[in-house]
Amino acid sequence: MNALDFANQLKGKFGDLLSGPTEFRGEVCLTVVDAGKVAEVCAFAKQELGFNLLVDLSSVDNYGEDPRWTLVYELYGITHAAHLRLKANVSEEKSELPTVSGVWRTADWHEREIYDMMGIRFQGHPDLRRILMWEGYPYFPLRKDFPLAGRPTELPEIAFTKTAPIEGGPFVTAPGGRDAIEREPRVRTTEN
Amino acid sequence: MSEVQEIQIGDSSAQAAAAGKALSRPDGEELQDMQGEKMVLNMGPSHPSTHGVLRIILELDGEVISKAVPDIGYLHRGDEKIAENMTWTQFIPYTDRLDYLAPLANNVAYALAVEKLLGIHDKLPPRCQYIRVICAELARISSHLLGVGCFAMDVGAMTVFLLTFTEREKVYNLCESLTGARFTTSYTRIGGVSRDTPPGWCESVRNFLNEVVVSIAEVETMLTRNRIWVDRTRDVGVISKETAIDYGLTGPNLRGSGVEYDLRKAHPYLCYKDLQFDVPVGSVGDCYDRYLVRMEEMRQSVRLVHQCLDKIPGGYENQAKEPVNVADGKIVLPPKNRVMTSMEELIHQFMLVTQGMNCPAGEVYFGHENPKGELGFYINSRGGGAPYRLKIRSPSFVNLSILPHLLPGHLMSDTVAILGSFDFVMGECDR
Repeated sequence: MNALDFANQLKGKFGDLLSGPTEFRGEVCLTVVDAGKVAEVCAFAKQELGFNLLVDLSSVDNYGEDPRWTLVYELYGITHAAHLRLKANVSEEKSELPTVSGVWRTADWHEREIYDMMGIRFQGHPDLRRILMWEGYPYFPLRKDFPLAGRPTELPEIAFTKTAPIEGGPFVTAPGGRDAIEREPRVRTTEN
Repeated sequence: MSEVQEIQIGDSSAQAAAAGKALSRPDGEELQDMQGEKMVLNMGPSHPSTHGVLRIILELDGEVISKAVPDIGYLHRGDEKIAENMTWTQFIPYTDRLDYLAPLANNVAYALAVEKLLGIHDKLPPRCQYIRVICAELARISSHLLGVGCFAMDVGAMTVFLLTFTEREKVYNLCESLTGARFTTSYTRIGGVSRDTPPGWCESVRNFLNEVVVSIAEVETMLTRNRIWVDRTRDVGVISKETAIDYGLTGPNLRGSGVEYDLRKAHPYLCYKDLQFDVPVGSVGDCYDRYLVRMEEMRQSVRLVHQCLDKIPGGYENQAKEPVNVADGKIVLPPKNRVMTSMEELIHQFMLVTQGMNCPAGEVYFGHENPKGELGFYINSRGGGAPYRLKIRSPSFVNLSILPHLLPGHLMSDTVAILGSFDFVMGECDR
């Protein structure tokens, strides 16, 4: 059985809850329409379809679009060697979806990282704290509206709280649309 | 004198009376007091066995760990954010700084991920594929040499460390003559490698392989049946198959638990399908098994590099002028002499340097069997010269996430052995 068969099996079980499958470079991708059901889909994929390894869990900030967040789950089954990608969209107002740390325990740290970097919360997560940034840091640095240079914070105990001192820099492009220059004033444009 | 004695006697008798009273209490409230308080020990971020800047807050009951809370992020540099703001090629030097003990393997992993997005990952010239496999396997040998050496030193075997570091130095000399740098290699390019092998390089790799097997055997005789080593590592930090998969472990740490999962076998990339090698697995999943797996992987890597050198298209010195880059001017920089004389190449050079190559919109995930485990890149592209989102799935980050589950119940001194057997790198964990 290949990934496409598994995707169709999932679709057979959940019906309209899943859209797709789409295929790109040999990778099969399904989108969970209702992000609130993502844990159920994942639990089924693990228990019934043998996707026992959650390889990766990442998030994308579709800045300026609605829904703003896309969660990306990379599923893999060691016994059948099939790889399947699940995606779920979450709006900025909600910024919350159920945790899958009850399905795969490796999701615990991945979800903490997403919360830390993008500020998406996970319902039912056992310990949703910052993981890479320090406790009390006020921003979510991987959001597209957070400037590359950083923002000053007012935490006296932290050593480096000023913006980065690199002027100009090697940074040539800012993918993110026309407002990139306002968000990122140091980015090199065709004019300068 | 007599006064002091009186006080001591009185005091201890009072204590004994209190203790007796506490023991007879049915609710056991005072009994808990007698067991003493738990001690919180702050291990790291600067501790010899934390291999960088890992901090673990340990709660100890006597010498036994009752709770472990890892604290990571001391080396967070925002690589994923940086990647969104530069061209595909400009990010290659940043991959050197992920797992800085195996930069060549990171370079290969990143290049393959972008090539998958471009759809050229299976159209690479054969010589390029063989060079990349040699690079990745040399990186594996060097990383495992360090891993085993530091592991041994952490639990008290200094000689092994000196031996493995001597061998590792030779790998760095090979890196230097191949790439110009010992650590920050930045060797691959999207669609190929930055330069072909220098004259005499393949010969020196062959010499190195013959030397390193001697050292590996020597390390083996010093450790594998060493009573102290076995006592410190056997049945310590046991991870079952199911737990290992559940926590997403990859690489030698997963295979040490007996799961036969190696990306080079499961989804062969480059020329791995043409090469013969075995995947060693452990049986118990303890620190000793993880050590054995690393030792055998080094031997298998030596075997792989030998085969690559035998089969490398174009031979050692590439007299046949086999290409090492894909023949696509929109992906690979043209040769400098053509840039100055030909209009088309000048345009290609200009576009590639200022805007980067034009990648199609789409998303891919590529996982590479790095020395530490599966190094994966999830790339979300919306077209153009830079990624919209680049997620680095680092093996060390995922491997360390098992610590809160694994450490409780072990002795404090076992922590050192367990951390050593995990062979993690914080540069990659924190990104």
